[in-house]
Amino acid sequence: MTLESGTGPDGAPTEPATPVAEPITPRDLIVSASPHVHAGQDVPWIMRQVLLALLPGLLAGLWFFGLGALRVLVLAVAGCLACEWACARLVKRPATLRDYSAVLTGVLLAMNLPSGSPWWLVLIGSAVAIGLGKAVYGGLGYNPFNPALVARVFLLISFPVQMTTWVVPQGPGTALDAATGATPLGAIKEAVGLGRTVADAGAPGLRDLLVGNVGGSFGEVSALALLLGGLWLLWRGVIRWQVPVAFMAATALVTGIAHLADPAHYASPLVHLLGGGLMLGAWFMATDMVTSPVTRRGLLIFGAGCGLLTAVIRLWGGYPEGVSFAILLMNAATPLIDRWTRPRVFGEARKLYREADAA
Amino acid sequence: MLVPTVVLSGIGLLAGLGLALAARAFAVETDPRQDRITEALPGANCGGCGFAGCGDFAGAVVRGDAKPDGCPVCDQETRRLVASIVGQTVQDRAPQVALILCQGGDDVAAKKYRYNGLASCASAALLGGGDKACSAGCLGLGDCQRVCAFGAVEMTPSGVARIIPARCTACGLCVAACPKDLIKLVPVEATIHVLCSNHDRGPAAKKACTVACLGCKKCEKSFTGDPRIRVADFLAYIDYEHAPDDPALAALCPTGSLVYRGDAAPAAERTT
Amino acid sequence: MKFSGGVHPAYHKDTAGLQIEAMPLLHRYVVPIAQHLGAPGKVLVAKGDRVARWQPLSEPVGFVSVPVHAPTSGTVKQVAALPHPLGRPMLAVEIESDGEDRPWEGLAPPADWRRLEPAELRRAIQAAGVVGMGGATFPTHVKLSPPAEKKVDLLILNGAECEPYLTADHRVMLEQAAEVMEGLGLMMRVLGVTRACVGIESNKPDALEALRRACPADVAAEFTLLETKYPQGSEKHLIYALSGRRVPPGGLPMDVGCVVQNVGTAVACLEAVRDGLPMTERVATVTGAAINVPHNLRVRVGAPLLDVLAHCGGVTPDVGKVIFGGPMMGIGQFDMDVPLIKGTSGVLCLRDDEAVLFEGGPCIRCGACVDACPMGLVPSAMGLIAERFRFEELGDWHILDCIECGSCAYVCPSRRPLVQHFKRGKAEWRDILEERRAKTDRDAKRAETAATA
Repeated sequence: MTLESGTGPDGAPTEPATPVAEPITPRDLIVSASPHVHAGQDVPWIMRQVLLALLPGLLAGLWFFGLGALRVLVLAVAGCLACEWACARLVKRPATLRDYSAVLTGVLLAMNLPSGSPWWLVLIGSAVAIGLGKAVYGGLGYNPFNPALVARVFLLISFPVQMTTWVVPQGPGTALDAATGATPLGAIKEAVGLGRTVADAGAPGLRDLLVGNVGGSFGEVSALALLLGGLWLLWRGVIRWQVPVAFMAATALVTGIAHLADPAHYASPLVHLLGGGLMLGAWFMATDMVTSPVTRRGLLIFGAGCGLLTAVIRLWGGYPEGVSFAILLMNAATPLIDRWTRPRVFGEARKLYREADAA
Repeated sequence: MLVPTVVLSGIGLLAGLGLALAARAFAVETDPRQDRITEALPGANCGGCGFAGCGDFAGAVVRGDAKPDGCPVCDQETRRLVASIVGQTVQDRAPQVALILCQGGDDVAAKKYRYNGLASCASAALLGGGDKACSAGCLGLGDCQRVCAFGAVEMTPSGVARIIPARCTACGLCVAACPKDLIKLVPVEATIHVLCSNHDRGPAAKKACTVACLGCKKCEKSFTGDPRIRVADFLAYIDYEHAPDDPALAALCPTGSLVYRGDAAPAAERTT
Repeated sequence: MKFSGGVHPAYHKDTAGLQIEAMPLLHRYVVPIAQHLGAPGKVLVAKGDRVARWQPLSEPVGFVSVPVHAPTSGTVKQVAALPHPLGRPMLAVEIESDGEDRPWEGLAPPADWRRLEPAELRRAIQAAGVVGMGGATFPTHVKLSPPAEKKVDLLILNGAECEPYLTADHRVMLEQAAEVMEGLGLMMRVLGVTRACVGIESNKPDALEALRRACPADVAAEFTLLETKYPQGSEKHLIYALSGRRVPPGGLPMDVGCVVQNVGTAVACLEAVRDGLPMTERVATVTGAAINVPHNLRVRVGAPLLDVLAHCGGVTPDVGKVIFGGPMMGIGQFDMDVPLIKGTSGVLCLRDDEAVLFEGGPCIRCGACVDACPMGLVPSAMGLIAERFRFEELGDWHILDCIECGSCAYVCPSRRPLVQHFKRGKAEWRDILEERRAKTDRDAKRAETAATA
């Protein structure tokens, strides 16, 4: 090892004044390609943020639907984790339970189910979500459709009765075999279908919709709590504003025009925004990164498409609720949107630089 | 009931007719010789010839873009047949097998840093030639294994690639894939090999790997005046044209980089 | 004007307040012949030769080539392939110092740049071995020789120093402000331009003030404080930020009438002409949590890494990475014998727990890399393609426009080694292009012979 040295008065190198460096054996050093630093966020962090953001909506659901909701939640999360573990074992890959993605799928699935769902319904849903929704495509990152929504729609089509038996919210004490009723949107659809008007449906007021004191899937009822969580995600930089804003704007636009044209048969856009699964869908389901476009322009198109389809299904389709179908349809369109909205490469400008100078 | 049946059948008929007409109108004339060559080829579509599969290669042979013996996989019989289809003759060629000229697994070869990155040799080689202290060491990330269409490459537990001769067709894809140029096609009947590619001087080579060829010339000296094994640039080479077949040679090598793999070798050695 | 994309890494400019300190003379220097982009020069010395400080060790071969010079006087111990910061051993001259630091008699006499013709200035700059000191090490005289059809009207002085940790340029601007501005004037004279822009990131207002005050009356420069955002110092983005001009994909700054030069390069050009001194030293920041005494060092080119680290009190036991350059684009080192070279703007020592560990998890399509890419590419898609070895598709995704700034991998929550994917992808895509070109040539030739026959 060569020692660093100063120059003495006679011009000859002198012995070093500074201490010798800690010897480093080269193989101890890490070598990788650049960059050598990182912003800090990782996938488990993102999943944890979403779970935290879901907390207000979850608590509201538990408050209104009581023990039944808690049972669905526990079953769904446990089912998803077990299924994730089993699928990993099946293809002999390390189980990815620690990235929280299976937990998140479980929570989202639970929030999309009626609080009175029988145990087998929840477990089938978990298996479909993780097995058919994710694992068959190769796991996290490769699934084209939102796993929780795949499960919800699978259950809705296979078990329509159980999936539309809504418990009437009665606070934390809601019994497991509580009375059942219709969702606000369901009531409106039925009334209009029978030739009556929206007012006849006796739908709950906006305050109840906002707070969540209405029938529905247990996690979708409290628009206010969900909105709070969504805004928090936005503030933390986990989601981008394009999807929820475009989603809600498109729904409001279409339902608003319909309402203005015929208020007797079309509910006000506020009912559509606050009712049903729109808040949950716009802030938590459509914003799923894996199944939505990567560019901001793409997200705008995606969100607007979701909103448009939701409104169309709700107003003129066979189902009272269309959020799940709308998001799944737009999931299918995601690769196409990504192709359309490739950003322009820096320098591919139409403006010549002389013009830029003049400006 | 009748109307939908008729309508559907009608649509089917129309579509079929359209397809038939299209096939006629847009038919691509192919040289019948191309089909015969494709028929004769192994059909593994391995790409070893450099074309996008056996059919593509056959077309190239007919057009004159490829030599009729350009398929590295097929046997001599097939090469002759392919050549005869286009009215040519081919030279006989000794059957070959791929050989990895490195035994430097993690148990014997030192590393110069902790690698963190993609599990591909060519990508790792971008970072100072890879993590092996030896400048010609197998990086063990399996680029050769990935390109082999015949499953003829395996990774040993110590992280160095190894050819399974029984499966190797000498297509040469692994030779092209190795960023360290460690793979060579050698005659199948050759029994003695120098399994090292390091050109460093003895001490440096020894420091990097215990099974490195040091260029000590012990093997060369036993063949004075005979160029069958010679040492150039601190590395021994075998002249495979007149390769010696003598198990005793391997014992001369102080590091074990000269290896005998003939009938006289232990069974475990032969199968590797 | 602000470019879209980019990231805001923690800047860690802790050494900004440390004065530049000259590194004492060392026993030994290793001077690689190739320290620039372009053809390496021809070696002029052999083992046993006595050399003097500033004596050329190589001579340029061709236009895009520069010589290297002896950092001190002494004896040539060997001319051989020795460790090089780029990773593979390369031809270098090892000099054993005699401690006298005797200057070479053949040095060019000092000259006044205001009286010299541009061609003479260019010759002096090439002979002094001046290369771009921002890190790309492109020979400066080449950049200062735009072809006649490219009308250059704007010289941009790059004082952005957008890489975290590095403060070498910042100190040069503060301590050698007058020389920086004189150097700028010199380069303007070479290019024959009347307009110059100085761009400095907003976290260094003192540097801008120092340069403004030191600006000679006959140098017409505009000063702009730029947004502090990585990669503000990238040529294309700096040009856009200062002039609104966009360098087209695959193009050069000259295509939009600009030439960009680093502040350190300006000083080197001035010293080459004013003092006749070749480029044998540079300012480098030695910093990071794993170095005991961070420094801004004036270090002679060829100083071995271990000696530089020792001068800075050595590294801490938990050192994990030693990087030449900044943390975003720097090159990780593994051999303590590599020399600091003309392009080494800093030595960054990171602790084991600080260095990013790529995990290569699945892409979750979060789009963070798309937002971060300053070139308007889609790193997520390109990474997936490269992961599947489908390199032939990368051309459609403009892989060659990637500037390897690392913004994508910096934000990727799955810790995917995207830059490594793209470095490999670029090499493979260039090979594919080369093959296609060769094939078209072959086909054309065959068609020709068929036509004549």
